[in-house]
Formats: sequence, C-alpha cells, structure tokens
Amino acid sequence: QITELCGAKRIGYFGLTQFYVALRLIAAAQSGLPVRIESIKCELPLPRFMMSKNDGEMRFGNPPELHGSKVQIPYLTTEKNSFKRMDDEEKQQETQSPTMSPLASPPSSPPHYQRVPLSHGYSKLRSSTEQMHPAPYEGRQPLVQPEGSSSGVSGAKPLRHQASLIRMVLCEVRQDSGVYFWFIPQEPFGLSFDDVISMAALFPGVPFQPLGPSVFYLISVNQIPFGIFQLTGLRTVSYSIRMPLALKHSDIELENSYKDRTIALSGRADLEDSVLSFSVERELQDNSSNYPDEPWRITEEQREYYINQFRSLQPDPSSFISGSVAKNFFTKSKLSIPELSYIWELSDADCDGALTLPEFCAAFHLIVARKNGYPLPEGLPPTLQPEYLQAAFPKPKWECALFDSYSESMPTNQQARDLNRMEKTSVKDMADFPAPTQDVTGDDKQALKSSLNEALPKDAPEDPAAPKDSNSLKARPRSRSYSSTSIEEAMKRGEDPPTPPPRPQKTHSRASSLDLNKVFQPSVPATKSGLLPPPPALPPRPCPSQSEQVSEAELPPQLNRAPSQAAESSPPKKDVSYSQPPSKPIRRKLRPENQSTESQEPSTAVGGPASGATVKPHPTVQKQSSKQKKAIQTAIRKNKEANAVLARLNSELQQQLKEVHQERIALENQLEQLRPVTVL
Amino acid sequence: MAVCIAVIAKENYPLYIRSTPMENELKFHYMVHTSLDVVDEKISAMGKALVDQRELYLGLLYPTEDYKVYGFVTNSKVKLVMVVDSSNTALRDNEIRSMFRKLHNSYTDVMCNPFYNPGDRIQSRAFDNMVTSMMIQVC
Repeated sequence: QITELCGAKRIGYFGLTQFYVALRLIAAAQSGLPVRIESIKCELPLPRFMMSKNDGEMRFGNPPELHGSKVQIPYLTTEKNSFKRMDDEEKQQETQSPTMSPLASPPSSPPHYQRVPLSHGYSKLRSSTEQMHPAPYEGRQPLVQPEGSSSGVSGAKPLRHQASLIRMVLCEVRQDSGVYFWFIPQEPFGLSFDDVISMAALFPGVPFQPLGPSVFYLISVNQIPFGIFQLTGLRTVSYSIRMPLALKHSDIELENSYKDRTIALSGRADLEDSVLSFSVERELQDNSSNYPDEPWRITEEQREYYINQFRSLQPDPSSFISGSVAKNFFTKSKLSIPELSYIWELSDADCDGALTLPEFCAAFHLIVARKNGYPLPEGLPPTLQPEYLQAAFPKPKWECALFDSYSESMPTNQQARDLNRMEKTSVKDMADFPAPTQDVTGDDKQALKSSLNEALPKDAPEDPAAPKDSNSLKARPRSRSYSSTSIEEAMKRGEDPPTPPPRPQKTHSRASSLDLNKVFQPSVPATKSGLLPPPPALPPRPCPSQSEQVSEAELPPQLNRAPSQAAESSPPKKDVSYSQPPSKPIRRKLRPENQSTESQEPSTAVGGPASGATVKPHPTVQKQSSKQKKAIQTAIRKNKEANAVLARLNSELQQQLKEVHQERIALENQLEQLRPVTVL
Repeated sequence: MAVCIAVIAKENYPLYIRSTPMENELKFHYMVHTSLDVVDEKISAMGKALVDQRELYLGLLYPTEDYKVYGFVTNSKVKLVMVVDSSNTALRDNEIRSMFRKLHNSYTDVMCNPFYNPGDRIQSRAFDNMVTSMMIQVC
C-alpha cells in the first residue's frame, strides 16, 4: 500500500522521493496513522528500524508492540542525514548480544535508538558514502531478539564476507508485511547479482523473484513476499529486504505469529544453499546480468513516455532526431549545458549528431536520472546501449526482427542503415496498412535516392515521407509524380538542419515559377493542378499537319518525363527542382494551347500576307489552288503556330535552366557557408 | 610522448590546451603560441590553392633542442598542435599522423554534440580521456 502511495509502483522503482515518502508513510503506519499521502505531511515520528534476523526455523519475530509505542529517534532530523553503516562484525555482535524481550525493551529502545540515528540523508550520501556512524547496533539487536528464540550466530559467517559489500543496513519493521532491511552496498550503482544473492542468504529459504522490470525484486518465501528493491543512486545502493516476520503460508497466521516471533540470523550454512539455489532458479529471467545497472534500466512506463516524447519531436519512430531539435528539447530539462553535453556524448553512440529512438531513450533516461540526483556514469551503462534498448523494445508493430537487423546495421555505414530503415519503414507500412507493394517500391525508390545521399539527415525526411504517406493515403497508386511530391512533403517536414533553406526555396521557386508563368499567362495557376492531364490533352489537336505539333508536343512531355525520371534518380533535393521543370513545361504546354488561339491571330496575320503571297503566284489556278491554298495556308498557319509555340517553349526552358542554375549556385553558396561549421 | 596538446580555433585563441604537468606549463603554452606563426606561414604558403588541396597534416613545425612541435590544420582552420619530447626518437611521422587523426576524430565528435557551440572551450570528457591516453601512451 505504501508502495503504491509513494508512486514506486507507478515508476517501477524507488527513487529518492519515493523512498522518502515511503519512509514517511511507514512512520505513519507505525504510528497508527492511516497511510495516505497527506499523512506524510504530518509531523511524524521517524520510522523505527530494527535489525531483524531470522532464525533457524525461519521464524521472524516482530514486536508489534513496539509499533504501538512511538519511539522517537531524536537524532533523526532531516538536516543531518546520513545513513548509518553497519558492519557485519557489528551484526555479528548483534546476533550475539543478549536477547531482550521486545516487550520489555520499549523503554530502553529509545536510548538504543538514540544510538542509532536513522537518517534519510541521501544528499549527504551523495557526498560521501563514508559517512558512517559506528552504529552501536547492539542497541538494535536486543530489540530484535525477542524472547530468546534460537538465534543463529551462524548468520555471522555469510555476513562477514559481505563486510566489504554492505555499508549500511537499516531495518524497519512493518506491522503488516514484515521487516524491512535496508542494505546499502558499497559499490556504486548497486551490487552485483551475486551480492544480492548472498544478501538473500541472510534470509534463508527465500526464493528470489523479481517484482518489476527494473529495480524491484521480490523474494518470497512460502508465498510471503520478501522485497528487495534497490534505491539507486548516488554512490550507494540500498536494498530493502522485507522479511516476512513469519514464514507461514497464510498471512493471517503471519499476523498472529508476529507477536511472538523471533528474528534472528540463524544458521545459514544449510539454508544458504537453499537460498542460493532458489535465487539461482529464480535468476531474474527477464533481467540480464546487468543487475547493478538498475538505475539505468528503463521501465516500461518510462519507455512508453520516452517514445511518446520522441514522437512529439519526430513522428517517425524509426527516424532520427536532429541535434538542434534534441538540443532545444533537452534544454527544457534545465540541466546545465555541460551536463547535457556530457549526456549527449554518452547517448549518441554513433556520434552522428542525431538521435535514434534508442539513443533518445538513453539520453532521456540519463536526464531523468540526473534530475533525480544520480550522478552521471562514466560510460554508457549496458542497459542503455542502443543495441540493448532496441532488442528490448517489445513493440508489436515494430517487428523485432527488423529491429535486430536494424541494430545490427547500426555499426555499419550510414547507407546500410538507411536501407535498413527504408526496409523497416516499408515493412512497417506494410504491416500497418494493407498497402500495395507500390509502397515498397516507392520506398525503394526513395531508398535508392537516399543511398545517393551523403548526409544522413536528408534521409530522415524520406522516412517520414513513407509512413506519412502511408498514413495519409490508404490506397496509393504510386506514380512517379506522387513519389516526387511525397519527397517534397518530406523535405518540408524533415528536420535536416543544413537543408531547410533550400527546401522553402523550392516551394518558393515553384511559386516564383508561377509568378513567371503569370508573366506569360495568367491562367497558369489554374493549370498547375492539371499536371498530368496536359500531356494527354496535347495530342488531341486534330490536324494532319499538326502531327508535327503533336509530336513536338509529345516530345516536350517526354522530355519532361525524362528529366523527372532523371530527377528522381538524383538526390531528392534536385527532385523538386526537376519536378518543377516537368510541371512548368506541362503547364506551359497548356498555355501554348491557349495561346494558340492568340497566336492564330498573328499567324493569321502572317498567314494573311502569306496567303496573299500565295495568292499572287497562283492567279490563274485560283479555283484549283484555292483549296490547296487554303490547305497550305492552314498548314502554314499551324506551322507558324507550332513555331511560335516551340519558340516560346524554348525560351521558357531556357529560363528554367537559368533558374535551376541559380538555385544550384545558391545551394553551393550555402554549402560553402555551412561547411566551416559542420562536421568535416 | 606527447607532452602538450593544444586545439586552437580559427581566430587563434585556444579551445583546449593540456600539457603533462611535469614541467612549467607556461613554457608549453608559449611554444604553442609561437608555433602558431609557423602554422599560419604554412597555411598561407598554399593559400592560393583551394582548401581541398591543402594537406591537413603540416608536419614538423619546428624543432627545439628538447622538443618538437607538430601541427595539423582542419578544414575549418582549427589548428591542432602537438609538442613531443625530442628524446623520444622512436616516434615516427606515421605515428604522429595517426595521433593527429585520432585527435581530429575526437574533435569532430565534440563538434557533433549539439550542445557544443563552436568557439567554446572543449569540455568533453571523451575528448579529455582521449587526450590523456595519448599523452601517456606514447612513451
């Protein structure tokens, strides 16, 4: 209950705040107050901790009577916060100290407790784990040894070897579910699993069982839960081992048995084996040997949160977050810049200036940890490695096989990565939608284009393009023009830092081309949407002599298609620019048609004199040649129209060429400008 | 053994300078400073050619009786200067080149970090570690 209240269940581990709240709630519970969030605000006595040891029969005694008596621990102040160290030797002494009945000891407990100031000083812990007060644990022990149960001194032995491991042990008795041991081991970031096993050996017969994905481990004996959870942080890790006060099957009996049970560290020689065997059996199946890295293990809730955050920054979960975007985002966390810089160093494993989803999760986790007070590690912990995180992603819609392939491709070069991503996104698209293979082909096209790219971030826009398009269009007859437009969309949406300037230019250049078109023909914008129709519209200009026109009209569309094809095979940047020339001539194709009527007039004017000219040489054969004349005149007229059209087309193409040149120059300029700043 | 390693920005102010603490560090700083003139001289000598043609590794800038100073310039005019002990004759040019290559790679990694503003002092731990390894490895 306290666990839930303090939020540990939600987070999956006991962070500092949770620990504090939990302790407060424990104190509240011990003092009989209802366990609620508000109760932590009261002035509570400090929770009592007792060293409890189990006995040979695994009978644990809890002097619940002590709960009734409020034992104040005067040393406990929030200012002076330091944990007490408990040496194993002291433990041993404790075990050997004369037992005192807890019932009789309440009056004396305060002085004992006074010698055992319980403090919650994690901040101090941070500074030095060497803060120890030689704990007169003897004082505690008597409390723990009620009614002279068979106490085992044999607990000393296994404890001894843990002297180096365990800094402090606090113990706390809960009325309902047992005694809590707080072990604070020496190494930073937790004990190894072996250590925990050996600590579990203190509580023999206790099987090991993980409670949560990250840091909460539960040992249960005979269905009585033990808890070991790790307070990660600072340079110490504290374990709390909940000891059931009585190892009985039913909880009811537990309660009853609390009253007169004794807790003593009993002979572990025999039990140790059982414990070890238990713990080996229960060896955290889902957790790897990275047990000490519990603070760096990402829980499911955290992972979901990180992924949502990733999505807010970059809709495509398989793509990258660029450095600047990530910088703005992480700066909001209000950590100092050097720390953020260091976190980036740790998390950007491939040093490409962009964060993939696992890298992002690692970075986010490090930031969260840092904000909670944990010092940053020297190196990226194994649980935050990108490969590990990717392998651990249990996303059904992200096919894990792909991720494995993706993670394998991580060390490979960027292009391979791009291709993998392409495949992944494409397969993902297929998984998400009953998309036609055209999607894949479209993606493959983009993959081809991306393979020509040098910079990774350029590929990022294409990746969102693929799923975005898949999201937007269910049935996509992927034509080349569509793919080009998708690239344009992608380019608009991508976060490629060096390329944003060109991208708006493309749209603007398209608009500028529209403006240019307006110079020629105000009706151009209306025809812009008719990209595809124009070519078919051109041929049906019926005229035998117009076959030239038709063929010529067909030629430009073919030319347009050719450059569009060429464009699509070139880097996507130029795709847009190339797609504009195809569109423009197509557009202008209509205009020549529209203008053909206009040109007819001049051509008729031209044709007039021509016809007049033709009239002269044929004065006599007027009747016969009239028809011919008319035919010739029409032919001449239309030829001249075609000439005019072609001349106009030529001029327009020249202008487009100029524009493309200018764009290219602008791009090169920008590249030059950006080159000193970007990576070499 | 590299006795001193310095990274100097385009405007000739140091981004990062570290020397082995045995001796007077000021002396090394002075040597690095004077070596900048040699670096500039070498750069300007090929200044007419395009940047691409200029080689990044400058080689031995100048030797003193105790030390040798090597230089390396990046494409963005960031200079890496390394002072090595003259007594260490086993150091060949290739090794110096490889050291500079490693330095350069670390420098680009620092640049990759979006939280690093070009022109700031380099405070990257990874870079520090790499430099430390370089300063003690070659003996």
